[in-house]
Amino acid sequence: MALASSETARTRSERPRVGLLVTCLVDLFRPSVGFAAVKLLEDAGCLVEAPGVQTCCGQPAYNSGARSDAIDLACQTIAAFEGFDYVVTPSGSCGGMLRKHYPELLKAEPEWSGRAASLAAKTYELVSFLVDVMGVTKVDVSWPAKAAYHDACSGLRELGVREQPRKLLNTISGLEIVEVADRDACCGFGGTFSVKYPEISNAIVADKTKRVAETGCNLLIAGDLGCLLNLAGKIGREGRQIEVRHVAEVLAGQSGTPPIGGRS
Amino acid sequence: MKPTSAAFKEQATRALDDSDLQTALGRMRTHYVGSITSARERLPEFEALRDAARDIKNHTLAHLDLYLEELERKVTEAGGYVHWATTAAEARTLIETICRRANARTVTKGKSMISEEIALNAHLEKAGFKVVETDLGEYLIQIRNEPPSHIIGPAVHLTRAQIEADFRRHHKHLPAGRNITEPVALVDEARQVLRQQFITADVGITGANFLIAETGTTVIVTNEGNGDLTQILPRIHIVLATIEKVVPTLEDVSTILRVLARSATGQEISNYTTFSTGPRRSGDPDGPTEYHLVLLDGGRTEILASEFREALRCIRCGACMDHCPVYHAVGGHAYGWVYPGPIGAVMTPALIGIQQARHLPSASSFCGRCEDVCPMRIPLPKMLRYWREHDHALARRSDLSQRALRLWAWLAQRPAAYHRASRVGLGLMRLVSGPRGLPHWLPFTKGWTRHRDFPAPEKGGTFHAQWAKRGRRTS
Repeated sequence: MALASSETARTRSERPRVGLLVTCLVDLFRPSVGFAAVKLLEDAGCLVEAPGVQTCCGQPAYNSGARSDAIDLACQTIAAFEGFDYVVTPSGSCGGMLRKHYPELLKAEPEWSGRAASLAAKTYELVSFLVDVMGVTKVDVSWPAKAAYHDACSGLRELGVREQPRKLLNTISGLEIVEVADRDACCGFGGTFSVKYPEISNAIVADKTKRVAETGCNLLIAGDLGCLLNLAGKIGREGRQIEVRHVAEVLAGQSGTPPIGGRS
Repeated sequence: MKPTSAAFKEQATRALDDSDLQTALGRMRTHYVGSITSARERLPEFEALRDAARDIKNHTLAHLDLYLEELERKVTEAGGYVHWATTAAEARTLIETICRRANARTVTKGKSMISEEIALNAHLEKAGFKVVETDLGEYLIQIRNEPPSHIIGPAVHLTRAQIEADFRRHHKHLPAGRNITEPVALVDEARQVLRQQFITADVGITGANFLIAETGTTVIVTNEGNGDLTQILPRIHIVLATIEKVVPTLEDVSTILRVLARSATGQEISNYTTFSTGPRRSGDPDGPTEYHLVLLDGGRTEILASEFREALRCIRCGACMDHCPVYHAVGGHAYGWVYPGPIGAVMTPALIGIQQARHLPSASSFCGRCEDVCPMRIPLPKMLRYWREHDHALARRSDLSQRALRLWAWLAQRPAAYHRASRVGLGLMRLVSGPRGLPHWLPFTKGWTRHRDFPAPEKGGTFHAQWAKRGRRTS
């Protein structure tokens, strides 16, 4: 989807340059989410680049107590992205890391604290960026399904992502959105928590998939791939007939891609 | 009580297999989450009150020494005695001494988490006193010889059927054929058994939700009325509290009370909010003739000087555990000491040492709901992360997960090598993936795949490889 060659330099310069923070999970497990994000951003009028020097935002190190590794990765990410007008990521958790935690992590580093704060101020989770910054009000997609939307915790509580995805999903023709009981509850992923405390993590996700199934949905949507791998893995093991997908795929109308976990 | 937090993992696994516990936890979650949310939503100024409550406590903690001295002065002026204890052992001895001097035989108790923290009951019983818990939940765990599983609902882990069985076992003097299947019958029976104790008690011990510096008043917030009977009927009233419970004024308490009951039980105000200032004055119709306030430091001064200071704002409402997915899954006993849930995972390492409690801050998905519901805006996830940093610094470098983390961090700081390794890793993952995704023998996947599939990566290579292939801008 390269830009049309007839486009003039002037119209290009008016479009915001967006650096896409792909996230390490999307890079490895589900690149189609990254490409869906690119499509949505370009449709909204952005110029999208994905810096090749990005790796991971450092959250695994940060949450494991390895503060100095987290600081190094934060600085690397800041250097890679600070030249853009905006940094956008298809993950509330990585977005929260840049927006909320980088300034905290680097507040005592004189060379970096200001840079961390300015990066934080222009970093957004994908769907909230589309709605709140680019003013997107609808998508031109048809997707007949009964869908539950799971609010991934970091996006919900660190970035206030709640209404934006529902707003856009509601414009999809054929898609009915249903709400899960106690919808603010965690899915039990929590990064390394899911493998350090697998029994507890399993109990939490089993409770969540039970509540999801109780809605009678056949599609489960969320905005964070970590949570989605957890939910899809549990739903797959339980043999439930529920497709699991990232919100970007659905908004971009990528119904041709198999759902997460390959089941449909 | 002796902490068993080091065995958190095993205790959690047992809790997950305990069907009675799971029933009780399911009921508790449904009840608390709904009623707390609606109580908050009914009060338009709730968010502003949280800010005000936080500011009051921050101010108090910044001038704690001054307010404690004022409190001591005012309690003394009102005719009470103030006793300072640095350690749990000192507090126990002080209380024992007061009971001995009074020639006490029976000691009744209102609900007090500090008393649990310093294991007061065991100490007093060993010293020969009869100790009776009068809060229904505390009474239940006393007859079961268990620690509390929740800071405001100590027996929230029990089902009604378990309580009935305990009463039948413990109240042998009552007719065996009596009908106590209904909750109201259970409460009536407890009331009947406890009533006699209130009257015969020589000493009543309560905790305190707040200590008011300007008036020398201690405050308890309760629903059963047992606390009032505990502190009014016996000759001697002992209040046991830690130093961070002080607030400057009556006005301040009024502000914090408005967020406390709503966050604790979803009530606008609890059934009883009782203010006690000194002993019975001449002309008072009732009240104790002696009033003692035992002020315990118990490690709080150290916390005050640390990065965990904000945890001292806690007013013990329990909202963090009521909304915690880990607490919902395993309940309070798995945490292995007095304070469970997110606030417990912050306080326990501070009070018993991180070496013994290292699992507690780790066993969190960092969902952040605790911070969201905390009326005092304690940044609980941030504090759990601080503990993880302490734990990380103490961990052996040879530890397998530590080595994996170091290798990953090293690689992630070398983008070219990282992307090459990702491509190779992805190729291998796709090669070994079956219909259920990744196999369980890969490093670190076993814990995951025991209960869940690990979805196989998509076809086509990493995002960055595909992006470069399409000739897209990588800057």
